[in-house]
Amino acid sequence: MSTEGVDRSRRRFLTVTASVVGGVGVVAAAVPFVTYMTPSDRARAAGAPIEVDISKIEPGQKVNVKWRGQVVWVLHRTPEMLETLPKLNEEVAAPTSEEQPEQQPEYATNIHRSIKPEYLVVVGICTHLGCSPTYRPEVAASDLGSDWLGGFFCPCHGSRFDLAGRVYQGVPAQLHLLVPPHFYASEAVVRIGEDEGAA
Amino acid sequence: MNKPKSSSFMAWVDARFPATKLWNEHLAEYYAPRNFNFWYFFGSLALLVLVNQILTGIFLTMYYKPDAEMAFASVEFIMRDVPYGDLIRYLHSTGASAFFVVVYLHMFRGLIYGSYKQPRELIWIFGMLIYVALMAEAFMGYLLPWGQMSYWGAQVIISLFGAIPFGIGEALSTWIRGDFVVSDATLNRFFAFHVIALPIILLALVVAHIMALHEVGSNNPDGVEIKKHKDANGIPLDGIPFHPYYTVKDIWGVAVFLIIFLFIVFFIPEFWNWFLEKDNFIPADPLKTPEHIVPLWYFTPFYAILRAVPSKFGGVVAMGAAIVVLFLLPWLDRSPVKSIRYRGLLFKSAVFVFVVSFIALGWLGTQPATSVLTNFARVFSILYFLFFLLMPFYTRMDRTKPVPERVTSK
Amino acid sequence: MKRIALTLVLALAPAWALAAGGGACGAIPCQDADVDLNNLASLQRGAKYYVNYCLACHSLQYMSYGRLSRDLQLSDDDVLGNLHFVTADGKKKLADYMTNSMTVEQGEEFFGVLPPDLSLASRNRGDDWVYTYLKSFYVDNTKRFGINNLVFKDVGMPHVLASLDGLKVPQYEQTGEGDDSHQQFVGFEEVAEGAMTDAEYDQVVRDLVTFLSYVGEPGKLEHRRLGVWVMLFLFVFAAIAYMLKKEYWKDVH
Repeated sequence: MSTEGVDRSRRRFLTVTASVVGGVGVVAAAVPFVTYMTPSDRARAAGAPIEVDISKIEPGQKVNVKWRGQVVWVLHRTPEMLETLPKLNEEVAAPTSEEQPEQQPEYATNIHRSIKPEYLVVVGICTHLGCSPTYRPEVAASDLGSDWLGGFFCPCHGSRFDLAGRVYQGVPAQLHLLVPPHFYASEAVVRIGEDEGAA
Repeated sequence: MNKPKSSSFMAWVDARFPATKLWNEHLAEYYAPRNFNFWYFFGSLALLVLVNQILTGIFLTMYYKPDAEMAFASVEFIMRDVPYGDLIRYLHSTGASAFFVVVYLHMFRGLIYGSYKQPRELIWIFGMLIYVALMAEAFMGYLLPWGQMSYWGAQVIISLFGAIPFGIGEALSTWIRGDFVVSDATLNRFFAFHVIALPIILLALVVAHIMALHEVGSNNPDGVEIKKHKDANGIPLDGIPFHPYYTVKDIWGVAVFLIIFLFIVFFIPEFWNWFLEKDNFIPADPLKTPEHIVPLWYFTPFYAILRAVPSKFGGVVAMGAAIVVLFLLPWLDRSPVKSIRYRGLLFKSAVFVFVVSFIALGWLGTQPATSVLTNFARVFSILYFLFFLLMPFYTRMDRTKPVPERVTSK
Repeated sequence: MKRIALTLVLALAPAWALAAGGGACGAIPCQDADVDLNNLASLQRGAKYYVNYCLACHSLQYMSYGRLSRDLQLSDDDVLGNLHFVTADGKKKLADYMTNSMTVEQGEEFFGVLPPDLSLASRNRGDDWVYTYLKSFYVDNTKRFGINNLVFKDVGMPHVLASLDGLKVPQYEQTGEGDDSHQQFVGFEEVAEGAMTDAEYDQVVRDLVTFLSYVGEPGKLEHRRLGVWVMLFLFVFAAIAYMLKKEYWKDVH
């Protein structure tokens, strides 16, 4: 065996070409494996938007629905409930929600954090450590103090949110309750999980 | 310190881990004979297929459910509703058959070039252990889709253990199954063995196999020991470094193999019923036995031997013996010559008869056991065993040709 | 030597037929289904016929409506409105699978056994078998539904498509000499007219078989398309790998 008379440049060219083409092959081969791990049709279906008939929800009533494996609350707020919101602007963090842009879509960046003021659509998970807050609409509840105007109270570590899901200052949670993308497919139906026109 | 970055990095690693030493010993300075031919591709191909099985197997396990109620449906879920699930599944099912094609050709190479002979007996023993582990791995894997053939094939084979007398058989079968019939318990434990236990054993055996090989050095088609003639630097005159020469050659081998393998995966994954059986597209039904229970093609030679013997226990013993006898090859072969190229007519004829018998038995194992076919199976089973049992005699008697000192092919 | 060879061939002949993977269609030879999975119109018609005539008894539990709508290029409304009928809880969505509401008990009561799911019938029986089967129902007044089938003897299924196919009786002719003499099936004679001509009914059956073939492996066409690219790449890579090998091995020769 001898390595004399070797055309080094041809050898290098072929080695590089083989490596590049082989490399392309390896990357292409990786695509199915990586894609395989993305959500399957079943997961996609389970994560699909859901529709809720709001015409049946009584004023003051909250219904729970499941979306992407999480509980979403749809709350039909009374005019009295809506009136409490501006009163709490000093108590809550980011009253207009502008400073917390990741907690709601742009169309819910307002004082009532929704499209229609009467209906709040929010993910029912405490933004502190993930417990499920309780719905406490009663004003001046005995265990919550005479200042309590109604809202959500998380029993795990005592975080409080108002009836727009805005987090109070001075509680363990720092962020407002999350408002998912949603829109009104019709007067009586809200579609949760999708922005309008995004379908 | 003005050393180039890469070599000071390697110096750091080498002070802590024998990276360069391993690279040299096993690749850049492992001197392999220069005359490897077509038969020498199959070792590296076997490694490739092993990697394929492990990789695709891991991904299948992400969605497969090892539960009698859910297994079949989970496989259909992968085939239909998981992106590229069908591709991963076909890679795995075709890979299983490809593994045996490659392994049988690899073993055949060992047979014709005497690669099992002294001092390479342990390489052969480790290889045979890999073969047995592979058969167990394939057998357990085949139960997992929980189709009719999966279920009944397992039922038949496990019940073979019941043939062992003195009450051991029944207890053993029940212990293997974890139940009185093949059931969810059996499926779960076969899953555990197939996914973890046997792959670890296989990997360990492959490492041992390659270490044993590298300790002694590779054989070659002429059966000449290249270490007998070295140059001034101690390098065998007929040796070439594995890297780059055989890495480059094996890459070419891989390319050709992939053309054939992936053609099957993409266009004929069922391979006319040989790789994916029709009956396995029906969910397992313990109440309905299929008309023809057939093991997958790579088991059929041994299945034919099993059925050829009239007694159930005798059949089990014969089937086991057919595998055990392969282990004994290094000691049955009394020829002073390694490679078939320098052997006489007796050995060449014997190999021919053995190959024909093995293939005939393989085909017979797929057929229903009519009396005519069973007679043929008996004839070929006897020929199979005679290849080994008479070997000490015909290899000693055989007229051999003089073996050259140096390898002959280019 | 010749006799041994002849015996071998004759002995293997019936075995060979079996090894062909159940090629024989019962009492008659299989007819060629000639499925074309690229024929979208046929697939869509097949889906329609299947839902109208078959789904109530034969589920397709591994086939989702969503996948169906994508592959057959049907709109969500087409599927939800015309193919997917109301499920037990009144809600239906594309993500649902094509199940039916027949219980095991009902199946056993009406038919003796729950009609099997047909998601994989094409892969298990073969397209030619399904095609020939659907065209081989005949009148048999000794059976529960007055129907039998030349491909699947004493089948428990009624001739659901009788309104289209009509009712037929098989015709036989004596063939063969002496020991070999037997009745050979030579064709059907119609005893009751169906709504369709032979050619029209044949098309219905083809559409159904095409649909079932698709249901057996929905990803087949896409898989093969990818395969063409893979093969092209491999040939290019193999050529480069060969040149690389040849270049280095100049050292050795």
